[in-house]
Amino acid sequence: MVLFDYAFIVRALLAALFTGLAAPAVGTYLVQRRLALLGDGIGHISVTGVAIGLLTGTEPTYTAVLVAIAGGIMIEVIRERGRTSGDVALALLFYGGIAGGVLLTGIAGQSAATLNTYLFGSITTISTGDVWVTVVLAVVVIAVALGLAPQLFAVAQDEEFAKVAGLNVRMYNVLVSVLAAVTVTVAMRTVGLLLVSALMVVPVATAQQVTRGFRTTLLAAMGLGTAASIGGVVISTYVDVAPGATIVLLSLAAFASAWPFGVWVRRRVRLAAPFTEPVDVLVPATGHHAVPEEHEHQHGEHCGHRAVPHGDHVDYVHDGHRHASHGSHYDEH
Amino acid sequence: MKPVVEIRDGAVELGGRPVLRGIDLSIGAGEVVVVLGANGSGKSTLVRTMLGLVPTCRGEVRLFGAPLERFHDWKRVGFVPQRVTAAAGVPASVREVVASGRLAQRRLLTPMRARDRTAVSEAIAAVGLTDRAGDGVSTLSGGQQQRALIARALAGRPELLVLDEPTAGVDQASQEAFANTLAGLVEQGATIVLVAHEIGPVRRLIGRSVVMRDGRVAYDGAPTGDAVPEHEAGHHATLDTAHPDHTPAVTSPVDPREAR
Repeated sequence: MVLFDYAFIVRALLAALFTGLAAPAVGTYLVQRRLALLGDGIGHISVTGVAIGLLTGTEPTYTAVLVAIAGGIMIEVIRERGRTSGDVALALLFYGGIAGGVLLTGIAGQSAATLNTYLFGSITTISTGDVWVTVVLAVVVIAVALGLAPQLFAVAQDEEFAKVAGLNVRMYNVLVSVLAAVTVTVAMRTVGLLLVSALMVVPVATAQQVTRGFRTTLLAAMGLGTAASIGGVVISTYVDVAPGATIVLLSLAAFASAWPFGVWVRRRVRLAAPFTEPVDVLVPATGHHAVPEEHEHQHGEHCGHRAVPHGDHVDYVHDGHRHASHGSHYDEH
Repeated sequence: MKPVVEIRDGAVELGGRPVLRGIDLSIGAGEVVVVLGANGSGKSTLVRTMLGLVPTCRGEVRLFGAPLERFHDWKRVGFVPQRVTAAAGVPASVREVVASGRLAQRRLLTPMRARDRTAVSEAIAAVGLTDRAGDGVSTLSGGQQQRALIARALAGRPELLVLDEPTAGVDQASQEAFANTLAGLVEQGATIVLVAHEIGPVRRLIGRSVVMRDGRVAYDGAPTGDAVPEHEAGHHATLDTAHPDHTPAVTSPVDPREAR
């Protein structure tokens, strides 16, 4: 294989593999808590972290991790405390982060091009040391996200129930924020701070078009994220395109192809759902209504009318009515 | 024998406004208590206070004899929160949702053991959802989702089960299934606290009614009728003069200290 002859491509593929596995693993919990944009917010805040690194001459990855974790915890605190103005507070944090980053980068005397490598990724210039940091952090993130899956699932699904089950809900919420922060910095060199959220969220959105359970969604999203990451790097070695953007567009393409299928499945499930009896508090059950018109047509398995289970029998949906067989005639249900 | 739930002189403020006050309540092992009251009467806050979901600003709450802040034996408690839906942002199967009911029994970082899986399957069977166990909860009807949440609480095999309006908006079939499930638990000696707007099919199980009004316990005793007595802007003083139109049990024992 020609690709593996170039050390920088091997490094890029390794970084892509681990980023592609870690980002959707954390992203699944964010989507479950309906915080899909949390990764985006942390990404914006991390820009300041990168700039602090550039300004102080420290490795930007390290300062970005610290600032991202601080930002993640701050977002979690704001979310917990301020119920009403939460999204406005988050917006303030996001834009403060990116403005601070641009300002500090300028003070550090660095060009916008330097900042760009962090904003949009530069996976092919990644060093051996960077690869190790990426791999170690990603493995930690994946291990926590999978190992504590039952607890994280319960907290994200229903905070109050989790609390009564004796879980430290606040601790687990902060943990998810910290995981997201670490993932953002891991993915910073691969897809960039501004696109990292896409790799956390889009594979999850794609997976849930076809999945029914949480575990399968989590694992499928990790698979899709890895495929997009590796695919993006491979494509960018043959065609001269930005790897980060290619990875994100590949994920979006996967979503675009899975979505119509998801729509079709959901529609089918909705139409086949059984009719239930309502709670009859105010109106007593209506009696027996025979279909008045001469019913020339025999409902059956292949009559073309949708058959929907209703209690112990089947209703046929017929021109906005529900017809149920009753001896020699049909009843309106 | 120590009461399972005990609140002494409990008061709760939410956002600085008093919501519950003067709550004295003791629920013994094996009791089946229904908490009734109009919207905003504090019935939901009362059970959430029992479980530490709402902090008290006064008084003391004890579960199984231990003060709430030192209570750690959460595997003895099951909770069915008031929910419109059991679904979240990511699909989850009925089995996965119910399996979170075993968390208090499981150790960290260890997979489910055989007895956990048995408990989950039994809980799903108890609410009649076995054939839907692998389906996503969001594809279930409202009543079925509510049943899944009840199964989640049952999976922990709790000694105390607290349910916050579990049958609100639930179809007749699900209500019957729910009543039967509860009857099974009562037979095993569980203590049940049920918040309800209307009692419905579980009436036969109820041993005691607590009626909340305006943040106070307005009645505590033998079960009353199905409907919650609604005194529109009832003046406390008027309650002393027994009103023939009202259920006598409801009007008599309202907080005598305050009323006189």
